[in-house]
Amino acid sequence: MLMNDAALSLGVPAVAGAPAPAKIVARDVDVFYGEKQALKSVSLDIRERSVTALIGPSGCGKSTFLRCMNRMNDTIEGCRVTGLITLDGNDIYDPGLDVVELRARVGMVFQKPNPFPKSIFENVAYGPRIHGLARSKADLEEIVVGSLKRASLYEEVKDRLAEPGTGLSGGQQQRLCIARAIAVSPEVILMDEPCSSLDPIATARIEELIDELKTNFTIIIVTHSMQQAARVSERTAFFHLGVIVETGSTEQIFTNPRDKRTQDYITGRFG
Amino acid sequence: MSEHIVTSFDDELNGLAQRIAEMGGLAEQSVADAVAALVSRDIEKAQRVIAGDDRIDKLQRDIEESAVLMIARRQPMARDLREIMAAIHIANDLERVGDLAKNTAKRVIAIESNFGSQRLVAGVEHMAELSLTQLKEILDAFASRDLAAAHSVWERDNEIDAMYTSLFRELLTYMMEDPRNITFCTHLLFCAKNIERIGDHATNIAENLHYLITGTALTDARPKQDTSSLTSVAYKET
Repeated sequence: MLMNDAALSLGVPAVAGAPAPAKIVARDVDVFYGEKQALKSVSLDIRERSVTALIGPSGCGKSTFLRCMNRMNDTIEGCRVTGLITLDGNDIYDPGLDVVELRARVGMVFQKPNPFPKSIFENVAYGPRIHGLARSKADLEEIVVGSLKRASLYEEVKDRLAEPGTGLSGGQQQRLCIARAIAVSPEVILMDEPCSSLDPIATARIEELIDELKTNFTIIIVTHSMQQAARVSERTAFFHLGVIVETGSTEQIFTNPRDKRTQDYITGRFG
Repeated sequence: MSEHIVTSFDDELNGLAQRIAEMGGLAEQSVADAVAALVSRDIEKAQRVIAGDDRIDKLQRDIEESAVLMIARRQPMARDLREIMAAIHIANDLERVGDLAKNTAKRVIAIESNFGSQRLVAGVEHMAELSLTQLKEILDAFASRDLAAAHSVWERDNEIDAMYTSLFRELLTYMMEDPRNITFCTHLLFCAKNIERIGDHATNIAENLHYLITGTALTDARPKQDTSSLTSVAYKET
């Protein structure tokens, strides 16, 4: 029932074929930082195995919303989240839910690459080890190598897995963080401006990677680059002043947005 | 439409629209002059039309170059992108209109010593009036971004088509009556076809304007009355 209502309120996709089912459903989500309301009644469906881009000016609430989806906001003092967010139909704010397990299912890649001050190998091995995903040393090695390969980093680092992750270039560090995120086999990957500190080549590599990862993962990306959102995502949601102004297929949002505020923002007319 | 934060982007978009208007004015004048040259058998005027086409071609290249540069530099989105795409298409259509006027002018020179029925020429002239009205109205609609005016131009092209079909039939009959008419009639037939094509370009511009304003393609089947490709006239022995 909920899903049907969602389909009606969010519009039918412009792309042919049946839309992927919703992996994450958010309904009437409000977020407060103390007295200040950062999100107002946000509702959005995130489709499975596709890329959803969240765009909007600074302070519009897009990162706040992203952090709601793996309860990263819990760590911020004075932050209060109301409304409903479900992952595969289960309320992720259910008091009985194990937050650590949730974050294993919903991984995150941050704006600035933040490898642990450990070896390249250990950076990727850390997650699977604490979540008990590897039964043996060989198992763990397989996960690490596989994750590095899926993050398109393995060829560049295979001879120096014991060297510190912090010694890599910015683009390589970000791919290491992506390898670390996918090592625990998450279902959803949240990316908060993953390319903002990278050069165009490194950015292109990450975008290529996103394209490959979406066959297995549900990806939600916050980006300030309109072009990046247009290139990598299938669906785009435009946030402004804490509300979702418009959601649609990326193609429609960037060629023919329905709301004037969306049009003004993406064409560089915002006052 | 409110202004861009980067004002030079607005200047570039305005510059594009201004050059389209300038091209439109020149193309219109070329068509009018070519037809006037045909009606009054004015060779000098025909030559001026032929020489003037370079300016239209140059404007088209200018518009295309600016548009490409703007895409590379600004990475336009939404309506801005549509403005630029529409400008490229419309400039192409206007360049073709200029070519068709030029071709008509060349035929005026070719049939100089071979002029036939003034009545048939008047038929072409009448068609040209309609095509020119279409062209003028669509250029006005472009300048004022008037969707209703664009639709009215788009729907009216069938009048030109119908006139062309009837002129086609008349010219065939005329050629059968006397083979000495063939040179004149064939050239006139191409002139009529040129003018019919100009009407088609006006409807193309209408479609582009519709896309620019609404962001959707005008996909309805347009009413067509150019049945000349299905028309034959039987030869009667005299």
